[in-house]
Amino acid sequence: MKRYLPFAIIAIVLLSAVVFATLLLRAPRKPASSQPSIATGSGKPAGPQPGADPPRSRGKENAPVTIEEFGDLQCPPCAALHPELQRLEKEYGDRLRVIFRHFPLTQMHPDALEAAQAAEAAGEQGKFWEMHDWMYLEQQRWATSGNARQVFLQQAQNMGLNVEKFRQDMNSAEVKQRIIQDYNRGISLGVLGTPTLFINGRQVTSEQMTDEGLHALINSSLAAKGQ
Amino acid sequence: MTSATEQSATDIRTPARTGNRTTILYALCAIVALVGLGDSIYLTVEHLSGRSAQCLITTGCSKVLSSSYASPGGIPLATIGAFAYFTVFSLSTLAAFGYRQLGRALAIVVGLMFLTTLVLLYLQAFVIGEFCDYCLLSALLIFILTIITVALRFLRAPSHS
Repeated sequence: MKRYLPFAIIAIVLLSAVVFATLLLRAPRKPASSQPSIATGSGKPAGPQPGADPPRSRGKENAPVTIEEFGDLQCPPCAALHPELQRLEKEYGDRLRVIFRHFPLTQMHPDALEAAQAAEAAGEQGKFWEMHDWMYLEQQRWATSGNARQVFLQQAQNMGLNVEKFRQDMNSAEVKQRIIQDYNRGISLGVLGTPTLFINGRQVTSEQMTDEGLHALINSSLAAKGQ
Repeated sequence: MTSATEQSATDIRTPARTGNRTTILYALCAIVALVGLGDSIYLTVEHLSGRSAQCLITTGCSKVLSSSYASPGGIPLATIGAFAYFTVFSLSTLAAFGYRQLGRALAIVVGLMFLTTLVLLYLQAFVIGEFCDYCLLSALLIFILTIITVALRFLRAPSHS
């Protein structure tokens, strides 16, 4: 009997490991951080929240497929996903609309909220996407600069923005409100981390977050709309 | 009377009088490997779900775990780690139950893990410039495994002389 005991223990551990991994994959996780700077303190809202209106979007408003991204500008996986989304935008053209929603994970990424404010402030001068793209492209540089705000101000100047207005807008109540609205929409939709994508309202699972997976989802959404 | 299978199983086991201390060390190895297995499984799940693992002490989890070094050749390093820890657990458990000659295989696996850990620590410190809690925990566990494995060699040495 004792001879089989180690094998039984190994088999039990293997089985437990598989169960543990499955439970971890399926378990609902609490939101990635306590979000002290932007939380509204009321927990999960009753229904889906609308988010900032109008949303920051690229592509035709009546495009048959809409990708809504909940992103954190300081999150490396979001920056890694960014080129893929850009490729999809180019490939599908007018058939695809991309919406960006702010979901800054402030506990993990200390400059994420300021980055969101800077992107929104650039948006106030019509250059949200330029700033958004630059932030993902240069994420490593500004995130490790030790003074992200100064880098954003410098970039605003490089982009030809009115720097004084940019500085004021970064701290404006409207800009902060837009970020809170986006964040609350994310919470209301069950977003737990970034990046999280919704394609025509359906959340993209982690397994589908690949080039093939995204293509398949977009194509099936297009097919559903007869395109 | 024993069957052929029982005989071969008996042959590869060392006598029951092998030291208690050796058994305890193998058991300790198995427990440490179990903790490492849990750590690696968590990181594998985080990797597969495409989310940023949350650091509790350091701040670089997101950066370290999404770097290209975290999945060489497209295979998550955490998954390789999980297999390695499971191998260590299995070998330690078997060795603790008398299959002492597996100690050599255990030493080789732990040695490889130790060398990999040194490379990963170098990458975190000097290339990525950030540390990740879970990777540091794994490094600590592998250091403990290495110490135990070395201790086992010293314990075994006198019996061969």
